Amino acid sequence: MSDVAIQLIGALIKCVVVIGALLTIFAYMTLIERRVLARFQRRVGPNRAGPFGLLQPLADGMKMAFKEQIIPSKARRFVFLIAPSISVFVALSAFAVVPLGDTTAWGNSVWAHALAPYIADINVGVLYILAISSLAVYGIVLGGWSSGNHYSLLGALRSAAQMVSYEVSIALSLAGVLMFSQTLSMVGIVHAQVNYGIWFILVQPLGFLLYGIAATAEVNRAPFDLPEAEQELVAGYLTEFSGLRWSLYQMAEYINMITVSSIAATLFFGGWTLGGLSGIPGLPIVWYVVKVAIFLFIFMWLRATLPRIRYDQLMRFGWQVLLPLSVLNLLATAVVIAFGWPWWISGVFGLAVLLVGGAVYYARMRRNHPLTQPTQDEIGLLLPQSVRLVHIEAQALATNGTNGAISANGSKGDKSGASAEAVEAGARP
Amino acid sequence: MGVSLQAFLVLGAVVFCIGLFGALSKRNAVSILMGIEIMLNAVNITLVAFASSFLHQQPKNNPLTGQIFAVFIITVAAAEASVALAMIIAIYRRRNTIDVGEINLMRW
Amino acid sequence: MHVDLASIAFWVIAIVLVGASLAVVLQRNIVHAALALIVVFGAAAGIYILLNAEFIAIVQVLIYAGAVTILILFAIMLTQHSMGRNSNPFSTQWWLAALICILLGGGIIYAVGHSVMAIGTATSPVLLAGEGSGVGGTVVRLGQLLYSPFQYSYVLPFEIASVVLLVAIVGAIMIGREEEE
Repeated sequence: MSDVAIQLIGALIKCVVVIGALLTIFAYMTLIERRVLARFQRRVGPNRAGPFGLLQPLADGMKMAFKEQIIPSKARRFVFLIAPSISVFVALSAFAVVPLGDTTAWGNSVWAHALAPYIADINVGVLYILAISSLAVYGIVLGGWSSGNHYSLLGALRSAAQMVSYEVSIALSLAGVLMFSQTLSMVGIVHAQVNYGIWFILVQPLGFLLYGIAATAEVNRAPFDLPEAEQELVAGYLTEFSGLRWSLYQMAEYINMITVSSIAATLFFGGWTLGGLSGIPGLPIVWYVVKVAIFLFIFMWLRATLPRIRYDQLMRFGWQVLLPLSVLNLLATAVVIAFGWPWWISGVFGLAVLLVGGAVYYARMRRNHPLTQPTQDEIGLLLPQSVRLVHIEAQALATNGTNGAISANGSKGDKSGASAEAVEAGARP
Repeated sequence: MGVSLQAFLVLGAVVFCIGLFGALSKRNAVSILMGIEIMLNAVNITLVAFASSFLHQQPKNNPLTGQIFAVFIITVAAAEASVALAMIIAIYRRRNTIDVGEINLMRW
Repeated sequence: MHVDLASIAFWVIAIVLVGASLAVVLQRNIVHAALALIVVFGAAAGIYILLNAEFIAIVQVLIYAGAVTILILFAIMLTQHSMGRNSNPFSTQWWLAALICILLGGGIIYAVGHSVMAIGTATSPVLLAGEGSGVGGTVVRLGQLLYSPFQYSYVLPFEIASVVLLVAIVGAIMIGREEEE
């Protein structure tokens, strides 16, 4: 067999393995996300199908497969049918250049080359991911447009504007890392971090934060999930999709999450390396998976914690905060590189900008929402200003003499959450 | 073995002519813009093909000049598209049409 | 393996490219025409990869397929009610345009067939033989040629191009914004 044939066979095997793994991970990510969200909301989450609900993805899949595939009468049939597949195709192809491990210990044979733990190491890897993920917007835009539904079209246009705006910030926030690593290849970037002896998060803290925010917007996750805002747009571009086509969109969203987490892990956290522990066979992929899993958990955390921001806030934030900060970061990194200063100056600069930015944000927030002292009422409840309405009801209840449960739960040292809950419990007997 | 330079040049010429036909014969302003974009792409294909053939022929010359030209064409094309689309939107807002046959204010 | 992968790839991509360009021009529904335009840009990116121009290919996808076509789709969706059912009509003089294009195309192809400049092999024979091989490293050389401060480079045109982009941004915003009255 010639080298080319071995390369092709190796690539094929790796494609099949990666696609299979991604689809399995997607199925279980839905379960994990539901369980995690349930924990955040003091629920149990799906735990009926199998032990710990492990068979839930299977049940979901069967339900999706047997659901009726509705095509609205006003839909543009052809585009409506292919739009979800575009999303999944794009999400899967972006993963091709993500390195899961190292090959330096494998020798130099053709098979080692062909079976390296990444599908391709092209010398424009980061640009490739940016380019491919810029195509992800088509699945959403075409899906929304072809539904023949005004809410869907609005969601589609919103998402197009959002993703195009935040793409710019993503590219600019990654540029600092690229300048330090002096390569666009994902594998090369990890090796550059090994050579420096540090992770690039230390060099580019500001870049990492900007990338994290922009990437969250890019994959349409909370708090930037405006395209599928169910309260305003009845789920936006997803409105008319049902059954398997709907789950294809979900699949694309989760795979995109994995991809942006992989970029963050590779560019800022050393990819498969972890100090000297990456030389042992089998361990690199573990480190990679752990790092990606942490980022995925942060995605779920954000979704459980933050409310969705308004559309004008999203646009203003993207163009007036994120983009100037990315340019500033790029400029500072360029200065550090041009004058040959040590790397920590870039890191200190990033941290300083973060501190100043945080202080400015805090001051502005305090100006708009002045800090209020928690008020203490007669029965000893410590209530923050935000629950004043409930507080009045509680007072009324307390004067009526039905405050046994409240005074039992609401001791003075309680934090606001517990006391508010106690008040709620008291207000609804 | 490899594909000859001529094949790429002919491909570029064919695509250029298709784009030119679209730009000349359409009435929708957006469609004309799409024709122009196709023409620019055809030119890029030709430039990159020349650059790539020089990569084998004349190592003395700087063989990547064609690719540099392509980069600049892409840059200018992006700028051109953004301005053209802004103009189309502005015209639509004023006159409620983007049919170039009906946009005849400057005609005498 | 004596099958020339480059030739097969070239012919497949060329047919897709020409077909999609024809679809852009001939489709009656302008949204479908814009979708065909995405295929045109993708096929052109494939041609660039065949020509060892990975950077151009990626930039092509990033800017044309990812940004310009989205803008075009935006414009189409904002103005789609103006053209009625046939959203992508021909003008009355389309035959003249066709004549001009056929003449021009014939002329170019004749010239290409008889020119001494157009002889040679464009694709690299070691295509697909793995990363870093072949003529490889064009990205680094392209970067040096584009904006190296020390060697011969196109850094001044590059800066001018950025000014052009800035002017275009400002111009687009000024033209496109709604007047407050």
